[in-house]
Amino acid sequence: MKMTYKWAALTLALCLPLSAQAHRAWMLPSATVLSGDEPWISVDAAVSNDLFYFEHFPLRIAGIGALDQAPAGGPPGMRPRPAAVLQVLAPDGSQLQPRNGAIGRYRSTFDVQLPLKGTYKLAIANQGLFARYSENGENKRWMGKADELAKAIPADAKDLVVTQNDSRMEVFVTSGAPSETVLKPTGKGLELKPVTHPNDLFAGEAATFIFLLDGKPAADVEVSVIPGGNRYRDQLGEIKTRSDANGHVSITWPSPGMYWLEAELSISENVAKPATERRASYSATLEVLPQ
Amino acid sequence: MRKPLLYGLGSLFAAPALAAEMSLSVEIPRLDVAEYHRPYVAIWLEGSGQQHVADLAVWYDLKLADAEGEKWLKDLRQWWRRSGRNLQMPVDGISGATRAVGTYALQLNDQQGPLKTLAAGDYQLVVEAAREVGGRELLRLPFSWPPQQNRTESVQGQHELGAITLELKP
Repeated sequence: MKMTYKWAALTLALCLPLSAQAHRAWMLPSATVLSGDEPWISVDAAVSNDLFYFEHFPLRIAGIGALDQAPAGGPPGMRPRPAAVLQVLAPDGSQLQPRNGAIGRYRSTFDVQLPLKGTYKLAIANQGLFARYSENGENKRWMGKADELAKAIPADAKDLVVTQNDSRMEVFVTSGAPSETVLKPTGKGLELKPVTHPNDLFAGEAATFIFLLDGKPAADVEVSVIPGGNRYRDQLGEIKTRSDANGHVSITWPSPGMYWLEAELSISENVAKPATERRASYSATLEVLPQ
Repeated sequence: MRKPLLYGLGSLFAAPALAAEMSLSVEIPRLDVAEYHRPYVAIWLEGSGQQHVADLAVWYDLKLADAEGEKWLKDLRQWWRRSGRNLQMPVDGISGATRAVGTYALQLNDQQGPLKTLAAGDYQLVVEAAREVGGRELLRLPFSWPPQQNRTESVQGQHELGAITLELKP
């Protein structure tokens, strides 16, 4: 019974795209600040407990490795969840193809060569509906896109609660001097609008970010920042904060290293039907450099 | 053969003895390590708020094929942030090859180069060193420009840099 529940929770956590429930999904770039001609980065992508160790499941990304050979991300026999769609945006706004993609038991990995000077953004964004209902006294769950809902949920479903989920995971990388083009928000879901450039983070200095929901400043966003390397720490070292009325958050980095930032917002007002609740999440892997 | 000599004489006359001068000495220490590579070193001036004012020198591996040596310039973390990332390397008068263990002198005066246009005020001389498979060290020496009297400032590095000495003459 306990196991079933655990798997159900895990399956849910993994299926809710990039959800942080119980596990953390992340991409880890080999470097975020680069010099020289057309440098490369290599990126690991995984779903794990500890940051940034691949110890649980690979992040399934469309086009990265042989997905049909890879673990589904849950109990044996589980139907694999749809692979995430990765966007690699170059400083001029064009899209690049990741190279040398592979998926293993614990992680996906791919490379990106950076042909232009400026800031690149790697992004995985998802939007979908999650429905809970009961049918013939049995609790059911469903996940999918809005236009599939009517077909998927039986007409006699009871206690139907539909939640809109938006998630976004980002990594920023700069070759040469930082640029702004890729930082422009898309206006969908929960996003981070940098005031401090995300590749200009230094230990002991404060960085300011603005959180936006559908392009508008979002107040009261819960933000958690965790330094990587917690496998060898007794304390998580989490920095918790909330966005102010203008969506602003200020974070002072205690030490250099890779950090995992996660932001979440749940609302029940002004939610598009048939959803009555909305849950939006954002995460980013940020590198803080030494003084 | 003749030109460099003439040029040397010319600059000698262009810099009268009364010019305010800055002499800098930077020591690259001998290190007891299994694998030693000469460090990348950046030397620059900064104003208040660590604002970058002028680069004095960047020593890096500029002889590697395909400018491969520039790949590691970002390891001079603060210099890269304040200046390097905005430059097209190499830069005349600033770029130079990495230096072997020893003490190196830089001479500047207010008749030419960055000191010619340096406004009166408080500054810091910054020396940052980063070594392949080694460490990184950054040292700062505060000074006021132009100097009112002879003045010597020095600081001792701990692991990547040796003694840094700054001599100012009005």
